Amino acid sequence: MEQKTKVNAEDGKQEIVITREFDLPLELLFKAYEEPKLFEQWMGTKVLKMENKTHGSYAFETSYNGSVVFRANGTIHEFIPNQRITRTFEMENTAFPVQLEYLEFEKLTDDTSRLTMHIVFKSTEFRNQLMQMPFAQGLNMAHNKLQEIARKLK
Amino acid sequence: MNLRRDVFQAIADPTRRTILLLVASQSMTAGAIASNFDTARPTVSKHLQILTECELLQQEQDGREIYYHLNAKKMKEVADFIEPFRKMWDDRFNKLEAVMKNYKNK
Repeated sequence: MEQKTKVNAEDGKQEIVITREFDLPLELLFKAYEEPKLFEQWMGTKVLKMENKTHGSYAFETSYNGSVVFRANGTIHEFIPNQRITRTFEMENTAFPVQLEYLEFEKLTDDTSRLTMHIVFKSTEFRNQLMQMPFAQGLNMAHNKLQEIARKLK
Repeated sequence: MNLRRDVFQAIADPTRRTILLLVASQSMTAGAIASNFDTARPTVSKHLQILTECELLQQEQDGREIYYHLNAKKMKEVADFIEPFRKMWDDRFNKLEAVMKNYKNK
């Protein structure tokens, strides 16, 4: 079976391209990014701010056991409904520099659509580091436990 | 008897992946690693042994303590880091699809 989500990361390049085809009409796909309440549901995060307009900005945070474990924010450079979002993305309190994201939304058929996410990093090294993080993903419990331990060690 | 360990088999186990994640950020003793799991200490020791045998982990003696750290070179060789990254986005997008299908049907 062909994979629905594809990641293209060429060696030595400081960018990646993620593509995904959805069994959703274009409008519904875009809405998932546009509506804070819907975005919260699929990203499992809390939207603090979401100004969907050119030069707008956004911020969200994820909590675990009542304490914030992850915060990210960015600036929206271009917002064209059902077509394109160009934005920056920055994880707070990490060594990762801000990254630039180009999101292209395309209609395939009346019921299907495609999202192309082109992410540009400050360097190839940061790209590779970021891509290694999800090796950990799904293992948030362990990660949070690690942070708890780290806090105790301080 | 030391069975030859298959690295892919080693990283297929969720507990062992968690161990690799834990030591990815800092070297840790077996005790510190074990404190992250509810499983018995010998079980964790067995996992550490497997990971060490297939060279994903390296032991380092520091005084009385033995610290485990990630063998980055071996990890690079064996682990296709793109796959977990892809899987993360795939899971996220599956969720998006489910949320939006539900939304549409309301």
